[in-house]
Amino acid sequence: MKRKLIIYIAVLAAIIGCRTDETINYAEETETGVPGSPTVQAELAGMYVLNEGNMGSNKCTLDYLDFCSGIYTRNMYAMVNPGVPMELGDVGNDIQIYGSQLWMVINCSNKVEVCQASDAKRIGLVDIPNCRYVTFDGGYAYVSSYVGPVTIDPNARKGRVYKVDTLTLTVVDTVTVGYQPEEMAVVDGKLYVANSGGYRVPNYDHTVSVIDLETFEEERTIDVAINLHRCRADQYGNLWVTSRGDGYDEPARLYCLSREGDGPMNVTSVFDISISDLCIVGDSLYYIGSSFNYITMENELSMGILDIRKYELVTGTVFDSPKIEEIKMPYGIIVNPIDRDFYLMDAMDYVTPGKLLHFKADGTFDFEVRTGDIPGHAAFLWK
Amino acid sequence: MVACMHLWAQQPQYSRLDSILQLDVVYVTSRYNHKEVIPSQTLSGELLEKLNAHSVADALRYFSGIQLKDYGGVGGIKTVNIRSMGTNHLGISYDGIELGNAQNGQIDLGQFSLDNVEEITLFNGQKSALLQPASDFGHAGAIYIRTRAPRFDEGKDYNMRFKAKYGSSDLLRLSTLWEQRLTPRVSSSLSVEAMTASGKYKFRYMRKNQDGSVAYDTTAIRQNGDIWAVRAEGNLHGMLDDGFWKFKVYTYHSERGIPGAIVNNVWRRGERQSDHNYFTQGRWQQQFGNLTTQAVAKYAYYHTHYVNRDTTQLMVDNTYRQQELYFSTSNVYDLLSWWSASLCYDFKWNRLDSDMRQFVEPQRYSNYLSLATAVNTERFKMQGSVLMTAVKDHTRKAASPKSIVEYTPAVFANVYPLESGDLSIRAYAKKSFRMPTFNDLYYTEIGNALLKPESALQYNIGMSYDHQWRKGPFRFLHVQTDIYYNSVHDKIIAYPKGQQFRWTMLNLGKVHIMGIDVEAELTTELMPDLLLTGRVQYTYQDARDVTDPTSSYYRDQIPYIPLHSGSAIINMQYKDWDLNYSFIYSGERYNQPANIKYNYMQPWYTSDVSLAYKFQVSGLKCRVMLEVNNLFSQDYDVIVNYPMPKRNYGITLDMKI
Repeated sequence: MKRKLIIYIAVLAAIIGCRTDETINYAEETETGVPGSPTVQAELAGMYVLNEGNMGSNKCTLDYLDFCSGIYTRNMYAMVNPGVPMELGDVGNDIQIYGSQLWMVINCSNKVEVCQASDAKRIGLVDIPNCRYVTFDGGYAYVSSYVGPVTIDPNARKGRVYKVDTLTLTVVDTVTVGYQPEEMAVVDGKLYVANSGGYRVPNYDHTVSVIDLETFEEERTIDVAINLHRCRADQYGNLWVTSRGDGYDEPARLYCLSREGDGPMNVTSVFDISISDLCIVGDSLYYIGSSFNYITMENELSMGILDIRKYELVTGTVFDSPKIEEIKMPYGIIVNPIDRDFYLMDAMDYVTPGKLLHFKADGTFDFEVRTGDIPGHAAFLWK
Repeated sequence: MVACMHLWAQQPQYSRLDSILQLDVVYVTSRYNHKEVIPSQTLSGELLEKLNAHSVADALRYFSGIQLKDYGGVGGIKTVNIRSMGTNHLGISYDGIELGNAQNGQIDLGQFSLDNVEEITLFNGQKSALLQPASDFGHAGAIYIRTRAPRFDEGKDYNMRFKAKYGSSDLLRLSTLWEQRLTPRVSSSLSVEAMTASGKYKFRYMRKNQDGSVAYDTTAIRQNGDIWAVRAEGNLHGMLDDGFWKFKVYTYHSERGIPGAIVNNVWRRGERQSDHNYFTQGRWQQQFGNLTTQAVAKYAYYHTHYVNRDTTQLMVDNTYRQQELYFSTSNVYDLLSWWSASLCYDFKWNRLDSDMRQFVEPQRYSNYLSLATAVNTERFKMQGSVLMTAVKDHTRKAASPKSIVEYTPAVFANVYPLESGDLSIRAYAKKSFRMPTFNDLYYTEIGNALLKPESALQYNIGMSYDHQWRKGPFRFLHVQTDIYYNSVHDKIIAYPKGQQFRWTMLNLGKVHIMGIDVEAELTTELMPDLLLTGRVQYTYQDARDVTDPTSSYYRDQIPYIPLHSGSAIINMQYKDWDLNYSFIYSGERYNQPANIKYNYMQPWYTSDVSLAYKFQVSGLKCRVMLEVNNLFSQDYDVIVNYPMPKRNYGITLDMKI
């Protein structure tokens, strides 16, 4: 019997397989067959796409689209940096290129990964707990973080912005801002921080913190709306800030903040648009959105272009492609500043690989390619 | 006892080293007619003791058709999934009464130590007996955990037992059992157990490059997995003329760290959970002529305190209080000597309170009414049942969900084509459903009050063969195999979302499952005093997501279900020595719906060995057992990013008076 059993086990093992060496996740290449236009190729080398990965899955991955060859490379980080234990990390929340550096904010790995922009080879990392977004000014990176100083009441814990020297990759200063800060933008020597208060449901934060970059202190706050998220500056020194609303009574909205003469920055316009991600190119603010309506239990999708000088929606057929209707969860948008062609990122159902869709400037569908899990952030690599 | 002998001859249950001894163990109070139509898978008595299993969850790995989700370590959550239909379709009964968790539907079987457990039985479909609570007719599968009932040798009125175990991860487990005969017909037992562990163990993540060179090789120590737990259980057992009664008080207290997922740059987390569980249950069974009746009552209170002190995350400090009140009446009437019918009714009330923000404090009223009939002849058995379930929830919100009424039928048949009764061929078809849990429906932010119940259809055909030899080297043989097809509709799947206590709710939709379970067991006595038992089990499960033909994962294998899995146990017993080897295999699987290489998980297989020696010291029966688990120190994850322990050890001393 024993012998039979051993034979049985051996046969079983042979049929159904044993373990092999565990390898790092290799990169995968897909031919999109569509390189960038000559004008794009003259200026841009390619585009990095950061996939968030579901929380706890450690599946944040970095993809790259080469404009010269048209090849899309999935998950390149581990092969470029094989020595990093557990690879890129858990929940990639932001990606930006500053000079020759590629910065990736890895939210649940409590770190900011700094790589060479040309090949994504690691230069170093900055440990910042629960970090969210990064923006740059004058040789410093500013990273927003949900984690502020420990207070007696853990529910009233404000967030912080970390000031990081981009040469030494060390934190040189921090400033306490509002609750659970998200995106930031720099206008005229001031850092504007959108505070969400997402941990304090239903008592959301509703302010933008104004940080003087000289003193690195919070100067004042601007009352905008609850649950703020995006914060971008345009070429005229105006700020575009989104509110995610609460999903029940307060709808999601877009706010424009501007200064009258030398006066303080304040809310000047409000738009009833629900925005998940936006991208400003020239005078056009491209946006996509989906907001969950708890009453209808459905996602409501919205896409469009806002003329930021006229303060009105541009009518047109840019988002009329039938491919757009197939998008399940619009999660990111990036517009090529050269040709104005644009990319949409579809996060699908958050647990399966997403899609990157490319459209020409007039909205004609060009190609789509499979990404990692939850693609949401991208950055162009300039030549 | 006559009924029992009859049962034994007709339908030998297997996994017996000593079939004669078995007669003492079998619990005989119901009539032969009321017994289940389709036999079950059982692990009991000595074999259960010989497995190096810490908990009920560990032991369940040796059943076919079962997948264990194990988050690793002594305190890690362990839940089981039956035939790919999901944890929530499985009913788990503790001494005849179902354990409930209206909050998340998942019973952490890691909390149930094997210490006082005498038998674990798995029924596919349902336990096809007549005398059982109405809700027992409703499961897609059921596990019955039976604790030891007091038994006394001639002229002895008490039994005492003391057990101590020390093992890796600084595990120390002490337990004691005291059984006392109070009157000739009433006896009591008290079982107390305390355990503590640091939960620290080494784990290793090693990855190679394509060229075979090492990319990274990290060994670390699992942190924040410490636990202490105390369990106490008191029982009263009474015999009546043509009946019995039982009363139990159970309490469990623990405080543990939740180690969490290992991700890049994060090696330690600060989530903690403490549990204070109490339940009391009573059962009374009586026969009046042709009528047998059973009444059951239970009250349970579960208090869970969950804290996240991880300063990098959302600080959480929440308390959950669950209550359950349960009554059941079951009545079987014997219409003819071979024909019986039963009518059963259960009432259940659940309530969940929490200090969470915006918590709706749901209450659930469930009514179950079952009608069943069974035919039992020498060569043919059949049972048909239908269960009506009516569930109504009430929440603090003005609009409470509509009440749900479902009818679930089941048909079971079993024939014995051979004169000897050794061979049986059985089949069943069954519909079942599970209610969305309170978490599925009402969990702040995550819950979805519009979730539909999840239903399952099962078709099963199988055979079993048992044979006993009076002479020769072979003593006992058991072989059984089942082929089944299940379909799950409106399936709700939960994924761990950062914190173990939180989930992302997904309505995966539709799953088709084709499976084969095979089990074989052989006991031999090759030479006098040398008993050799082998048991193998193999499961094939093809569980496909057929929700949406346009999705990229259409017809892909659903997460965490290996196509192939199995186990083997070889036990050698020579005089007072006992050597046990057990092997568990889980094939390749995927940790997310898409079957792509990024979601691929390697097979894992572990070997556990134990050696035990029995001796007597001045009337004290002692047993010492040494165990080595994960002998080849395989580095594996059952759940992605939850590393399992490498090789680990334990020593147990067991003393009986």
